[in-house]
Amino acid sequence: MDGVADMGGDTRFFGPLPRIDPEEAVFPHEWEARAFAVTLLANRAATSSNLHAFRHALERVPEREYLATYYGRWLASAEILLTDSGILAPGAVEARARALRGENVTEPADPEPNKPSMPTGGGGNLRTIESPRAFAVGDRVRATSDAAAGHTRLPAYIRGRVGTVAALLPGQVLPDTAAHFIGEDPRHVYSVEYDARELWGEESESFSLTVDLFEPYLEKV
Amino acid sequence: MTDADDALDPALREEALESLLLERGLVDTATIETFIRTYETAVGPMNGAKVVAKAWTDPDYKQRLLVDGTAAIAELGFKGPQGEHMVVLENTPSVHNVVVCTLCSCYPWPVLGLPPSWYKDPAYRSRVVREPRAVLREWGTDLGPDVEVRVHDSSSEVRYLVLPERPAGTESLSEEDLAALVTRDAMVGVTKVAAP
Repeated sequence: MDGVADMGGDTRFFGPLPRIDPEEAVFPHEWEARAFAVTLLANRAATSSNLHAFRHALERVPEREYLATYYGRWLASAEILLTDSGILAPGAVEARARALRGENVTEPADPEPNKPSMPTGGGGNLRTIESPRAFAVGDRVRATSDAAAGHTRLPAYIRGRVGTVAALLPGQVLPDTAAHFIGEDPRHVYSVEYDARELWGEESESFSLTVDLFEPYLEKV
Repeated sequence: MTDADDALDPALREEALESLLLERGLVDTATIETFIRTYETAVGPMNGAKVVAKAWTDPDYKQRLLVDGTAAIAELGFKGPQGEHMVVLENTPSVHNVVVCTLCSCYPWPVLGLPPSWYKDPAYRSRVVREPRAVLREWGTDLGPDVEVRVHDSSSEVRYLVLPERPAGTESLSEEDLAALVTRDAMVGVTKVAAP
C-alpha cells in the first residue's frame, strides 16, 4: 500500500542518521515494553496473530502518528485491529485514557464481535508448494508497475524495475491476500537482484540490491 | 486524527488499552511480563554473537551456516518468531552486505532480539537502499570503491544475518572472547567488528 510505511529511497525521509548506541536499552521506557507485549496480545485476540494483518494495520496508521514514536505506532495499529474485529468500539481507548486522567467521560459500549478468520495451512508463513516455479536463477524479471490498493510486500521503488533472480526462497503465505483474510494463497518467492543504476539512474553509487519478491509480483523479461 | 488524539500521551494510551483488554480477559499480566522479559534478557544480539564466534572458529560450522542458516543457527538453540528461514551473508574484504526493512522493521529476532532505534529510523530505511556507501560512511565505515556493496531489503519472511569479518589480531582469542567483540550493528552490516 502506498503511504508513509513504504520508505525505501523516498527523499522525504532523508536526513542525518541517528547515533548508534550499542548500550541502547531494548525498551528505553516502561510503556514501550508494555506496548510491545500488549500489541502482540491484541493481535492474537483480534486476528489470531495474522502477521500480515498487523503490518497492514501499521500501514494504515496516519502519517503524523506513524512517525511520532515506534511503539506509539504499534498501539495505534492494535486499536485498528481491535476495532476492525469488533472487540473495541472506535474511540474506546481515548475514552478510557480520559477516564484514567480523571475526566468525566462516557465510555462507548462494545460493538458486535466481527473477528475475521481464514483457513490456515499450519503455523508460521513457510509453505510447501507443489506447482512448478515460473522462474529460475538467472532469469531476468520485471516487477509489476501496479500499485496495490491493499497490503503488498512489493516496495514502490521496485515497481516496474528489471532485475535478475539471484536465489530461490521457500514458498510463503501471500501477504497481499492473507492481510485481508482472503486466504493464505501460498506462492513461490525469489530473491531478485537489482543493479543500483536500474533503480536510481546512471549517477547512482555503485552497489547491488536484493529484495525478496512473491511470484505474482513478477513477469519474465 | 483529532486534536484529542494528538494530546494523548503514549504511556497513557498504553495504560488505557491494557486496562480495556484486561477487563475483557484478552491479556493477562503474567503473559505480558513473560513477553517483556524474554526480549529484555533471553533473546538478543548475544545470541547472534555466539553464532558468529562459532563460525569464526569452526570452519565446518561456518560452511553449514552459509548453506543452511536456519539449521545451523538452531544447532545453538536459536529459533522462533521472525527467524523461520534464516540466510547468513558473509562479509569479506571484497564484499560488504547490509540489511534493511524498508516497509516496516523486519529483523531476525532469535539471533538479534528486537531492532534498535536506528534500524527503525526513517533516515536509515529510506537512505540505505539509495546511497548505502554514504550511509555506511556516516557511521564510520568507509568502503573503498573496490569493495562490492550488497544491500538486502527484507521484504518476505526470510531473515538475514550478516557474518562480519573476523578482525585481525584475534587469532589467540577463545570463542567466548570473540563473541564479546561482536556487535549488533556489525551483524546487520552497518559497521565492522573492531579488534580489541
